[in-house]
Amino acid sequence: MRYEGPQSRRRGHPDEATDTLARGLGWFSIGLGITELLAGKSLARGLGLTGQEDLIRAYGVREIGTGLGILASDDPTPWIWGRVAGDALDLATLASGLNNRNRQMDNLLIAIAAVAGVTAIDIICADTLSRETRKPLRPLADYQDRSGYPRGLESARGAARDFAVPKGFRTTDLLRPFAG
Amino acid sequence: MRALVWHGTQDIRCDTVPDPQIEHERDAIIKVTACAICGSDLHLYDHFMPGMKSGDIMGHESMGEVVEVGRGINGALKKGDRIVVPFTIICGECDQCKRGFFSVCERSNRNKHLAAKAFGHTTAGLFGYTHLTGGYAGGQAEYLRVPFADKTHIKVPESLTDEQVLFLSDILPTGWQAAVQCEIEPTDTVAIWGAGPVGQMAIRSAVLLGAKQVVCIDRVPERLEMARAGGAITINFAEESVIARLNELTAGKGPEKCIDSVGMEAHATATLDSMYDRAKQAVMLESDRPHVLREMIYVCRPAGTLSIPGVYGGLIDKIPFGAVMNKGLTIRTGQTHVNRWTDDLVKRIDDGQIDPSFVITHRIGLEQGPEMYKTFRDKKDGCIKVVIRP
Repeated sequence: MRYEGPQSRRRGHPDEATDTLARGLGWFSIGLGITELLAGKSLARGLGLTGQEDLIRAYGVREIGTGLGILASDDPTPWIWGRVAGDALDLATLASGLNNRNRQMDNLLIAIAAVAGVTAIDIICADTLSRETRKPLRPLADYQDRSGYPRGLESARGAARDFAVPKGFRTTDLLRPFAG
Repeated sequence: MRALVWHGTQDIRCDTVPDPQIEHERDAIIKVTACAICGSDLHLYDHFMPGMKSGDIMGHESMGEVVEVGRGINGALKKGDRIVVPFTIICGECDQCKRGFFSVCERSNRNKHLAAKAFGHTTAGLFGYTHLTGGYAGGQAEYLRVPFADKTHIKVPESLTDEQVLFLSDILPTGWQAAVQCEIEPTDTVAIWGAGPVGQMAIRSAVLLGAKQVVCIDRVPERLEMARAGGAITINFAEESVIARLNELTAGKGPEKCIDSVGMEAHATATLDSMYDRAKQAVMLESDRPHVLREMIYVCRPAGTLSIPGVYGGLIDKIPFGAVMNKGLTIRTGQTHVNRWTDDLVKRIDDGQIDPSFVITHRIGLEQGPEMYKTFRDKKDGCIKVVIRP
């Protein structure tokens, strides 16, 4: 569970802007993952990474898993850090294509710049989430006197035992104590 | 007139709309003097319940003064009468109404073909609660048309204030029915999931009906505090294990009676099943998150009872029905048969056994309604129950 920050949208949830950013990154992960999974061959060719199609598809599965994790959890922090780790893998893989034989060097450099930018956003998001307060919530109002019993709690206990439960709502006889 | 109108997901506005008219001889029009926002309105606000249309007027907890009656009312109501309006619209004449199962009235849902498609058979018409239940205009408005008004009303004594009787419309009889369905014995532990308004009423009902101990599970501190004030032992599910604590409180045997006053939008975290539900919901493969149901089934004592006033809207997944069967659990659920309980509850309020107004935390006018929906949904400002004075 996440605890309240100064801009909390909901009690027990992270601040609104970071929450929205995290959810956005979750959807981005799923979208990118599907693209990598379905178009692994085209991506590899376009980036000059021929022969790494299966690796790109595997990264696609990783992206989809991370995205679902972000969207499915109340606390996306570990999943966003997971994205940061994935970004490092992506950058390392892209860097392996930085050689003179690569005829798609322009595309590769654009991809590296894009991944670096997304990495920066991931790090900012994960760091902000990690720095949120973990202090337990305190009551926002004092309701200690809200018993609802005008004559007090003790006199309320069992005060309605005279109520005859209608037939249709009674416990079945099969489940009553068996005396005989 | 002014009314709170649904325009889409998390989009409720205070609009000017046409005044309601008598459409049928059994109708009455009331001038609303007080109404409330219900937890189940949030299912509409978040659009978890299907069947809403832009322009629908919200609200099913209302009361007011009769200003006009149809020719077929036959003296059951007259101008000037002060009535609370039950959220279930009832004809009083069909087989189900005659048996007291008012929430499954066979005649009041004017879209019964839709309900029959969704549920197999029709259920009662409800105020301000989707076109599956009739698409009737709700009572978060200055005026409300009450269909079948000769039966769909609760007369209340002048000695009681609006705030004391308003919740006869829904949350008090709902919490009461939840506890009654448990047929509480003096030796019973009653565990209640959810400390929202219905959970609070279920706690008071279980105490009044004589449970040995009442336990309430939630994570919002001010709600837990209100639950303790009502005599419940509380469990903050964000801080401790619900299963372990309930077993500890019952010598390892589990509570005999379990009440789900949470329903389809459970906010459990860090459990495998809640992760599963959220993942399915994220890709729109599931509407309801039944974490509470699973937990109740698991922890309930064998031969115990599960009572479910919490609202579910569609299909639920991964329910451990093997445990239900092998433990011989009884499941009781349903929308509330409001009028079945209200005569008795009016007497108990009048007698001073309970004053339901304890739950009110915010009092507003209609214009503040849209903002207050957000405050209530987000559990901000200590908000537990909002009363609107149109």
